[in-house]
Formats: sequence, C-alpha cells, structure tokens
Amino acid sequence: MSDQRLRLAVGVDDVIRRHGEETYPHECCGALVGVDARVTAAVALPNTTEEGPRRRFLVRASDYRLAEKRAGELRGELLGFYHSHPDHPARPSQFDLEHAWPTFAYVIVSVASGAARDMTVWYLKEDRSNFEEGELHGDENPDSNTAQTVHR
Amino acid sequence: MATRILIPTPLRPYTDKKDAVEAEGTTVGELLADLTRKHAGLKAHLYNEEGRLRSFVNVYLNDEDIRYMQKEKTPVSPGDTISIIPSVAGGAPTSTPDAGTVPLQLDRELPQLNNDEIKRYSRHLIMPEVGLEGQRKLKAGSVLCVGAGGLGSPAAMYLAAAGVGTIGLVDFDVVDFSNLQRQIIHGTPDVGRSKLASAKDRLHAINPNIEIQTYETMLSSENALQLFEPYDVILDGTDNFPTRYLTNDACVLLGKPNAYGSIFRFEGQASVFATRKGPCYRCLYPEPPPPGLVPSCAEGGVLGVLPGIIGVIQATEALKLIAGIGEPLIGRFLLYDALKMRFRELKVPKDPECPVCGLHPTITKLIDYEQFCGIHPAAPEQTTVNAQGDITSVELKQRLDRGDKLTLVDVREPNEFQINRIPGTVLIPLGEIPRRYAELNKDDEIVVHCKMGGRSAKAADFLRSVGFSRVLNLKGGILDWIDKVDPTQPKY
Repeated sequence: MSDQRLRLAVGVDDVIRRHGEETYPHECCGALVGVDARVTAAVALPNTTEEGPRRRFLVRASDYRLAEKRAGELRGELLGFYHSHPDHPARPSQFDLEHAWPTFAYVIVSVASGAARDMTVWYLKEDRSNFEEGELHGDENPDSNTAQTVHR
Repeated sequence: MATRILIPTPLRPYTDKKDAVEAEGTTVGELLADLTRKHAGLKAHLYNEEGRLRSFVNVYLNDEDIRYMQKEKTPVSPGDTISIIPSVAGGAPTSTPDAGTVPLQLDRELPQLNNDEIKRYSRHLIMPEVGLEGQRKLKAGSVLCVGAGGLGSPAAMYLAAAGVGTIGLVDFDVVDFSNLQRQIIHGTPDVGRSKLASAKDRLHAINPNIEIQTYETMLSSENALQLFEPYDVILDGTDNFPTRYLTNDACVLLGKPNAYGSIFRFEGQASVFATRKGPCYRCLYPEPPPPGLVPSCAEGGVLGVLPGIIGVIQATEALKLIAGIGEPLIGRFLLYDALKMRFRELKVPKDPECPVCGLHPTITKLIDYEQFCGIHPAAPEQTTVNAQGDITSVELKQRLDRGDKLTLVDVREPNEFQINRIPGTVLIPLGEIPRRYAELNKDDEIVVHCKMGGRSAKAADFLRSVGFSRVLNLKGGILDWIDKVDPTQPKY
C-alpha cells in the first residue's frame, strides 16, 4: 500500500459514482481538481476513445487543457483523473499502467450491472513498474454512504 | 537559442516544480532531447523503451499538435512555446475478468438440484451472481477443513448450509469443555466425544443433502497430499505453525487454493493463498517465528466470537472460489481487530524467490515441519536433565506437608491467578521476572509453576541463568496439581 492519501470533499464521491452509472456499460472519465490531495471537484469529461468505450477511455489533449483551465477557475490544480471499470474490479489494468502519468491520483470506480461499487485510488510507481494503491477518504462523516448502502 | 517549454502538472516534480523551463534546440526533437538531459527523470515518462515519444504524450508547438506538422523534426523559431500535454487513457482489462488466472476451474459435469434443494437454496438462486449455475457448482464442489475447532466450526457450518456438496474434516481431538466458548459446532452434550463425530452430526442436521467425510488423524507430511487431493479448496483452520506450513506447502504442490485464517486473542487474519498466480503463506512469512515466541490460543486466549468472524470469512472465500464469483482475497492479507472493530488490508505480492511457489522452488516435496519450525522431539538424555529440575505435584504436596521450606512462584498472568492457585504462591508473571527476580532469595529452594509447565520452564531457565541454584519446575503445571492433589479447584 502506498502511503499516499486522497481526500474527497463531500459530494465528490457521489458525482463520480453517478457518472459511472450513467455511462454504464461504457467507461466514464473525468478530472479531479483540488488542493493538497483533497479533491474539491470532479470534472466530468467526454470519453473520446476510438477503441470501444466499454473497455477504454481517453481524455484527449484538448479536454486535458480544458480540465486544467477549469482547475484554475476553481482555484485548484489537477490532482488526477477518475474512470470507471464496468463489470470489472476497481483495480488498474495493464492498459492503465502503460498510459499512466506520475504523481496523478487515478481513482477507479467499479460499476457492476449498472450500480457503482468499490472505489479505489492508485498512484504510478516512480519506475513505472506498477501502481501502488493509496488511501481514499471522504471528508467528515466518511461512513455515511456506507451506512446507507448496508441499511436494508 | 532557448525555447520555453510548458510542463504539465504530473511532470513538475521532475522540473523542480516549475511549470515552465527552457531548453536549447532548433527542432522539437532537439529541444526535448535537451530537456531530458537537463531533467533526467522526465525521460521514462516521455519516451518508451524504443526511445519514441509515448502515444499519450502530446507535444504542441504554440497551439498546433506536432503530429500534424513535421513531428519531432518540426523546426522551432525564436519566441515559440512548446507545450507537453497529457492524454489520459486507461480502461478495464479487455478480456473476461482474470482470464487464465481464474483461481479455480470446476471442469466437471454439474449435478442438478432437486426440488427440495431449490427451495432450500432459494435465497442464493434469486441472486444472479450465484443463480442456478452457481448453486450447482457449489453442489459439485468440495472443501476440506483442516481442524474442526474454532475456525473449522463456523466455516464448516456455513459451507454445509450453503450447499457445498462435499465437506471433509481432519481432526483427532475430543470435545473439551474449554472448546465450547467458541467451537459452536459442538454442544455441551458432546463433551468427551470425538470432534469429528460431533461435527458430522451437526452438519448433517443443518443439511442432509451433502456428504461429510471425516479423517480422524493428525495431518502429516505422509498423509497431507493424499488427504487434500480430492478437494477443490483447503480451509486452513490450524492452530500451530508446523501444520500451517504443511498445509500451505501441500496446497502449493497440488495447486489447490488455501482459504487461510488465524486468530489470537482479539485479532484475526485471513487470506487466500496458493492459487496459481497468487502468493502463498511462505511469500508472506518465509520463516516460522522462533518456537515459543508466538503463544497459542491455549496460552494467550481468544475471544469466542473471533473465530466466528474469521472462519466465516474463510468460508466466504471458499464459496466465491467454487462459484467463481467476486474478487477473491488473493494477494491481499486481511487483518481484523475486534477491540477496535477495524479491518485493514495489506498487499502480499507473490515472491519470485519463494522456496515453494517461486520461480526456482527448492521445496518440491513435503518436509519435516516440526524440525522446520524448530520444534525438536525431546532427546532421551535431555529429558533426564530436565527431570532433575522438575518436581511432580505429588512430590510437591509431600514436601509441603513435611514442612520443607519452599518458595512457590506462579508465573502466570493475574487473571489466571484469580481462577485457581496453589496456596501460599507468590505471583510474578513470566514477563516481569527479569526485573522482579530480586524479590526472591537466591539461596531458597524455589518451585515455579504455570498452567501446564511451559512458561515456568522458561522462568526456571532464566532464574538459573541469573544465579539461582535451587529452582524446580512443577511438571504439568497447576492443571496437574488439580488433577492429582486438589480436585476442588476449577480448571480452565
């Protein structure tokens, strides 16, 4: 486990999950904007992959610039990106590894049969050999979502 | 001529946090070469192993992608700005989940369910993740529980209820009163019965549709492979290191997943070891701890519900493996703390140097696990030496009755001392002896005791090492004293 931590401000978690559910069975993607490893906004971006959006996502350069601009407007910086794994575990794939950028937080949400499940965060190792899992936290009351999902 | 290059956020750690740096060159290629000379850490992220720009690295000259110009040969003029802009790409694995790495493949014909079974398993059948096919896999599947104790009890009960077609149990013990606090497969009327007979009755009461195989034997290097062979999953509910390493190695050698669990006091651990692509117990713990360092549950105690939690996690993993669903606990080591009520998860990578599951294994058959764990059967002369420092409870009683001046030292913990004690004993727990031995007189004759004689033997060795010449260890501890001398006291 990497010692890197990422905090999600209230609501960010839901935005990512909902985005993943909306685009299911396709992958969603977006940028994480914030300050000091605390994400204050998730900026949804179009998935422009030409390799089949069920298994791939691509944030093209122009959208990256857009995200950077949006980060500036929100007085934050780009902390990383999120994407969904429809019907696959929230663990990075070899493809994710080959296309990863250093220092960025990669949040992955697993969406099983249309319902968002696990969410994890990963960081590329310095030597690009692998990802290391980081700790993902919510702001304040981190258990409220969990309590809701198990209350049945 | 220096040209300004804009650096994106993720690469700034390699440019002293600067968002723009300068480099020299007349083409984009030359500029980037100069850039990676000045900031060497950038190279691996910009270029692939063949030395070409990575596909997700976009280079813009002013506002134009160089791909649509002359690529890296694009000439640079004074006043131009170069921007490195990431494309961010990724995705789920393209194949079906874990193709080729499915930890368990049931390649046999799946039995049908009868109407009773369909009713019994209806809460499984209505979940698409299990469904009729998953339930038929469970019926076709088999799990061997090594040990019908704390972990094996709840695990076997849930596996039986869930409809695992064949459950095997290995144990050689009889049910004792002290088991009932956690081994819920056994009941009060079962005390004194063989654990296997008791467990079999209970499992059949839960589900008469399944087969229960019992093996009244101690798992050994001689019988492990044969015992494990017919089963799909091995559930390690052992309570000692030699059997744990034996179970692990036999699982690796046979290619059978090991649903592992262990418990101590308030803490538990669980993982799935020995799958084809995953790590094994030795990848995590190549060597056993020195003998005696890690106390057993009999010595250290265990919270009664703890094996329930861990054993049921093991059963969950066994069910998932057989049904082929979910994300197995492979490469992950789950730690549970009942007092804090917290779960933690550690990563366990497969060790390529692992002596049993690595690339060049040195252990290719089962070994002597007692010896591997440093537990040597006592040699005859050793017993005589020990016997000189031992005293039996009957001898102790005779000498006390005779009025011999003996100092009795109980080296157990205070909570054990509250349960029972030998009259006139001083309590100095084993861990406190090194700083409290001065409370004792070196010339007195001292008799140390604990519950069964193990801890007091260590205390006796220590006292002798600091100059006490007349130290005796009460053989069999207070349990033997109660059996032979004072049956009115409770045993624990």
